[in-house]
Amino acid sequence: MDRFAKAFFLTEIVKGFLLTLKYMFFVPRVTINYPYEKGPISPRFRGEHALRRYPNGEERCIACKLCEAICPALAITIEAEPREDGSRRTTKYDIDMTKCIYCGLCQEACPVDAIVEGPNFEFATETREELYYNKDKLLANGDRWEAQLAANLVANAPYR
Amino acid sequence: MPKLTINDMEIEVEPGTSILQAAEQLGVEIPRFCYHDKLSVPANCRMCLVEIEGGPPKPAASCAMACGEGMKVKTESEMVKKARKGVMEMLLINHPLDCPICDQGGECDLQDQAVAYGFDRSRYHEEKRAVKDKDLGPLVGTVMTRCINCTRCVRFAEEIAGTPVLGQFNRGEDAEIGTFIDEVVNTELSGNLIDICPVGALTSKPYKYKARSWELKKTETIDVHDALGCNIRVDSRGREVMRILPRLNEDINEEWIDDRARFSYDGLSHKRIDRPYIRDEDSGKLREASWEEAFAFISEKVSGLKGEEIAALAGNMADVESMTAMKDLMSNLGSPNIDCRTDGGVYDVKERSSYLFNSGIAAIDEADAILLVGVNPRYEATLINARIRKNWLEKKIPISLVGEEVDLTYPYVHLGDSPKDIEKLVKEYAGKVKSERPMMIVGSSVFRRDDSLAIQAMLQKAAEDLGIVKKDWNGYNVLQNAASRVGGIEIDFLPQQGGKGFAEIMSGTKDGSIKALFLLGADEFNARVNVGWKTFVVYQGHHGDNGAERADVVLPSAAFTEKDGLYVNTEGRVQMAKRAVTPPGEAKEDWAILRALSEHLGKKTLTYNSASELRARIQKEWPIFKSLNELPAIKWAKYSSKSKVMKDSFAGYRQNYYLADPICRASKTMHECVAKFQNNEPVQEAAE
Repeated sequence: MDRFAKAFFLTEIVKGFLLTLKYMFFVPRVTINYPYEKGPISPRFRGEHALRRYPNGEERCIACKLCEAICPALAITIEAEPREDGSRRTTKYDIDMTKCIYCGLCQEACPVDAIVEGPNFEFATETREELYYNKDKLLANGDRWEAQLAANLVANAPYR
Repeated sequence: MPKLTINDMEIEVEPGTSILQAAEQLGVEIPRFCYHDKLSVPANCRMCLVEIEGGPPKPAASCAMACGEGMKVKTESEMVKKARKGVMEMLLINHPLDCPICDQGGECDLQDQAVAYGFDRSRYHEEKRAVKDKDLGPLVGTVMTRCINCTRCVRFAEEIAGTPVLGQFNRGEDAEIGTFIDEVVNTELSGNLIDICPVGALTSKPYKYKARSWELKKTETIDVHDALGCNIRVDSRGREVMRILPRLNEDINEEWIDDRARFSYDGLSHKRIDRPYIRDEDSGKLREASWEEAFAFISEKVSGLKGEEIAALAGNMADVESMTAMKDLMSNLGSPNIDCRTDGGVYDVKERSSYLFNSGIAAIDEADAILLVGVNPRYEATLINARIRKNWLEKKIPISLVGEEVDLTYPYVHLGDSPKDIEKLVKEYAGKVKSERPMMIVGSSVFRRDDSLAIQAMLQKAAEDLGIVKKDWNGYNVLQNAASRVGGIEIDFLPQQGGKGFAEIMSGTKDGSIKALFLLGADEFNARVNVGWKTFVVYQGHHGDNGAERADVVLPSAAFTEKDGLYVNTEGRVQMAKRAVTPPGEAKEDWAILRALSEHLGKKTLTYNSASELRARIQKEWPIFKSLNELPAIKWAKYSSKSKVMKDSFAGYRQNYYLADPICRASKTMHECVAKFQNNEPVQEAAE
């Protein structure tokens, strides 16, 4: 009997329409108009990698190879040599972004906050080759995102 | 024999044993920085503190405290832990926090022990000290701020190397290690300073910032730059050798190696032959070729020749496998003309005792008198020299030298420089020698004279007369100076029935009786001058050096780090070198090249298809290769000759230590050493 009444008066359908109407007029909108609008991301977000510089323009990376050692996906390759001024620098710093699993261990291991994972997640490319990042690309990333990278590090500092 | 307990474990030790050594016997770990079992004990780092129950109420330095009867030692008590933490904190006060850029990082005693025994944070907020770096030459780099003043380097330079140029200056916070008069550390053992430094204050200059210890593949192998067969570890990354370190072997090199063995590795990637070459008959220049072309060319030139017109020479770095393959190839071609003594030495080899270091290298420690004949152990076998020095330092044994007067880092009596002086010595002392373990070390250059056989007979007789050889002691020691030599003699890579030796082969190339010459890595002589211009020369080796310059066909082969190979050292000990990296380009292992060549030459093909089959063949014919790393028992037999000894003085060691073989000659580091240590030129360096 009960079932018959439910079916006869179309209660289920009315309930469904009511829910739709509620979200249409009375609940604030949750979808965003990506890519014109973007959602908020945490300062700990682990996106595209970048190599940072000191404010005087000197690259931070000292070729200690700790990131290379800790990388569980073996995505980082580094070669080092003394630079003309005698300081320890990389001659090659490659990250294979197709191998990377974005675990963030490289930035945890870095003693000088050189390699970081920034807020950028929009780096899709048309070919695989473009995802084999070299040192120039990583440093350019660092220059591009430095303001936000530095702010993220400050925000995270109390918890590290 | 005092009996004591360490951590409730009882142990009985020799009188005079320190607590630290006793703990080591029990397997109890006591941290230390300044203590090193081959050096004297200064007890200045204080890291090895232990608690002795019933003693004074303070911790004691276990490295300097001898074991006493009934001592009760604790190494893990609260007092010890607190003391270690204090010492660690004190050492870290002035130690910079630069582990990430320090080459010692990852293999640093201070780093490890700070983790194991130190605090997890620093309480020191004042200024740290900085110390000026010292110039110790092109091999050892310094970052003196990292130094913890353990003085191991000072003691090493003074005691083992015998060049007391390092010292500790000033006191307290200003204390620093330095050289007395801005001198470079001019010793062939300087690389060991890097190993004994417990921190990153002394590091390898050629290896600076190149790699980290954890990313290197470690291969345990042996060195072939001299005839000792020092045990080494080759650290490689990819197909590049990054560095070479010593491996502990108390019977040969203890835990040291000389600079040539340690630093010449950069020569392995320079001037390498990486593909076959053929000399163009029109232009007279070498042109690139394929293996097939090269083999076809050789077979075209060689197959028409008679056996007696072909000859083969093996160089100083050839392994036993390749020499065996070469010997088999030559016997298939019907040639009796083979020789491995490319230094021109001639001596009777019927008895093993006449070309081996009979007593063994370790027995130098027991010797109580040493007579050096025509030898410069400092350059010919640096680690033998270090052993002699150690013995001299401990027991002040009498050492005398007949031959060229040279600086050996310890005092000796110079008895003269010609065979006559030995005869005089025998006349004076025959039967009157009181030493129980006298030793004679004969340099291989002694046998490079025209009267070498007479000299051999005279020296062996002198050894018997002077009591150097007796029932339970054989102190007649020939010091070879090529890694391949003893191996070559053992497999009889010497003129066969009616065959020609090195000198005759050389003259044969000039008078036309030798028409084809195979050089198996033979670079010791100037082939351009010594080999006649009509002879067809096939050079098979790894470096573009003397041999390749003259060759008509050049075949690329693997160097000692790139193949498994048997070597026999000057004691007659068989050792195996292991492959650490792959050969460059199209280079192949020597035996494989000869095996392939034998197919093309149309005669019998060599019967082995793999290195293990070849090794089985070697072991079958010469059973000494069955046991690796064993000192052979050698029976003494005297050689006698009727020919007369000449009056000429012994020639001495005529090679440049740093440029003695093709690998060294291709090494930039070795050339820098020559510039700095021998010519005293300033080394060009990056501005800092």
